[in-house]
Amino acid sequence: MHARHIRKERLIGWMFASCGTLSICVTLGIIAVLFWETIHFFHVVPLNEFLFGTKWTPLFSEKKFGILPLIAGTLLIASIAMIFALPLGLLIAIFLREYAPPRLRRLLKPVLEILAGIPTIVYGYFALLTVTPVLQKIIPSLAGFNALSPGIVMSIMILPLMISLSEDAIHAVPEHLRAAAYALGSTRLQVIFRVVLPSAMSGIVSACILSVSRAIGETMLVTVAAGMRPTFTMNPLVPVQTITAYIVQVSLGDTPTGTLEYSSIFAVAFVLFVGTFVLNIIAQKLRHSFRFSYA
Amino acid sequence: MLLRQGRRCFIYYFMKNHILLITPFFLISACTTTISEEDSAATGSSHMMEDAITGMVTIDGSSTVFPITEAMAEEFQKKHPGSKVVVGISGTGGGFKRFCRGEISINDASRPIDLSESTLCRENGVSSIELPVAFDGIAVMVHPSNDWVDFFTVDELKTLWEPNAEETITHWNQIRPEWPDKPISLYGPGVDSGTYDYFTDVIVGKEGVSRGDFVASEDDNVLVQGIASDPNALGFFSYAYYQENTHRLKLIPVSVIGNDVSAVSPSPETINDGSYAPLSRPIFIYANTDALGDRTVSAFIDFYLDPSNAASLIREVGYVPLPPELYLLVQERVQKRITQSLYQQEGAGDMTLSELLHSGRE
Repeated sequence: MHARHIRKERLIGWMFASCGTLSICVTLGIIAVLFWETIHFFHVVPLNEFLFGTKWTPLFSEKKFGILPLIAGTLLIASIAMIFALPLGLLIAIFLREYAPPRLRRLLKPVLEILAGIPTIVYGYFALLTVTPVLQKIIPSLAGFNALSPGIVMSIMILPLMISLSEDAIHAVPEHLRAAAYALGSTRLQVIFRVVLPSAMSGIVSACILSVSRAIGETMLVTVAAGMRPTFTMNPLVPVQTITAYIVQVSLGDTPTGTLEYSSIFAVAFVLFVGTFVLNIIAQKLRHSFRFSYA
Repeated sequence: MLLRQGRRCFIYYFMKNHILLITPFFLISACTTTISEEDSAATGSSHMMEDAITGMVTIDGSSTVFPITEAMAEEFQKKHPGSKVVVGISGTGGGFKRFCRGEISINDASRPIDLSESTLCRENGVSSIELPVAFDGIAVMVHPSNDWVDFFTVDELKTLWEPNAEETITHWNQIRPEWPDKPISLYGPGVDSGTYDYFTDVIVGKEGVSRGDFVASEDDNVLVQGIASDPNALGFFSYAYYQENTHRLKLIPVSVIGNDVSAVSPSPETINDGSYAPLSRPIFIYANTDALGDRTVSAFIDFYLDPSNAASLIREVGYVPLPPELYLLVQERVQKRITQSLYQQEGAGDMTLSELLHSGRE
């Protein structure tokens, strides 16, 4: 009897281990493929030109491989998204945790979660066909494809992530800190802005970083609404292209494998991967630091 | 490959459905069958009853030719309910890449096959018959609110689109000083498109060479949406897509000599008689010679080249059909299995389509 239990335990242990190993293997495989194709790319294109060039025209006859326009487009849209999502998400999280009566909270949370369930292609057409025309009434010089409209819509898209992560951070602030602040005669607003938010800061920063990482990885929304034109600019009113949208563009046309255009998508994907990887690690570190500070 | 196909169809489905409201049903069915039956496509399957046409025709290629082929496919399938015609869009160049691998029976092309493509086909043992099916004009358009542009000269278009213009010619008054000091935003077909190849050939002077800083898409509906929503826009694409969107776009006449009297707007008449120069051209389908052995494919080609079908369907989707006697010459190319491209014979550059077809008979 005892021996059989041990065998069963072992078996289950192996099962879980192999599941874990599988996902690690897949990740390593992806990295290996990315790395391999990227090396091919850099046999032809000098690293210097790739990192500091300001023109990106790999599909045209005069090929230029400067990734800065794609990075600019990606960061521009992510920043616009964060400008809206950060304050809004934080305020909603504070409201849900500190102000909303429990019944309202139970009603609001699922509604917000729905936002996370909408397919991103729907957000894309929402930006292109609804938000852009409205914005054009306010800003007449706005182009039909631009960074502003997908940026704003993306802020709605990442809102659920932003809210639930910052809510967690606020929730993790121990009750006795609040109680102590109230005991000293603080108002509710003072408690939130002088005690709760500063204590939850590392968690909130980590929520921001994860949201940014989600924003720069978003594909469909920017492919549809941002315009597919690599422009080295920080002007939100003109068409731009993000790294992810470029990858879509190349995979839609029939680019033969083994060509330079083909390996260019791996090179830009590698840059994207490094970017989100670093952001995620920073976020992870920060989350750990706030968990341990009150232990 | 399969995954890519699926995603492409997904996107087109949405584009069409939202922007143009073309019946999504056809697109859905086209996409699903492309995925599942792609492999059996080139050969087709005709081991059914002798008299019924129940096989399958797979077509890919130019978005410019797509509306004609789609219309032909719909009518053909109505006539032969058991048959299935699947039409994709990946640009003329993208289509030829698949055609020369033997993946599709017919390629839609908005320009003649080029030398590298015919070499590729030969290497893979794929031979093709070139079939001119209609005339098309490339329309140059601006936003409807644009009230300063009266016409373009070919030289002005060259100034604007040549590679040197990249990030240099960015405002309207750089083209003509009396035009406003407003930024200009450019829209055009992507590099896999035959319309892009043709436009750069006749305007810039070298095929496939242009500035790179414009919004480029293989899907003309994206360009319609872009130009129609951008007051500073200028773009070009097939005249037929303009006709579907006349109220959202403003058509601009083009002049070769350089004054407004000589400027010509594209219309069925000016495209047919060649006076809308240099931006009118014939468009083609290319049939895989082996696939013509299949009854369904050959029946579809006969249907496509029937002058009475051509006259009504091609006009309906906004293109200019060839004169009926030319369709007979084109049919002759099928019957005689003439695989030589009309445009790879001597002096082809200076001849009209009718002259080419007559001289190509020998």
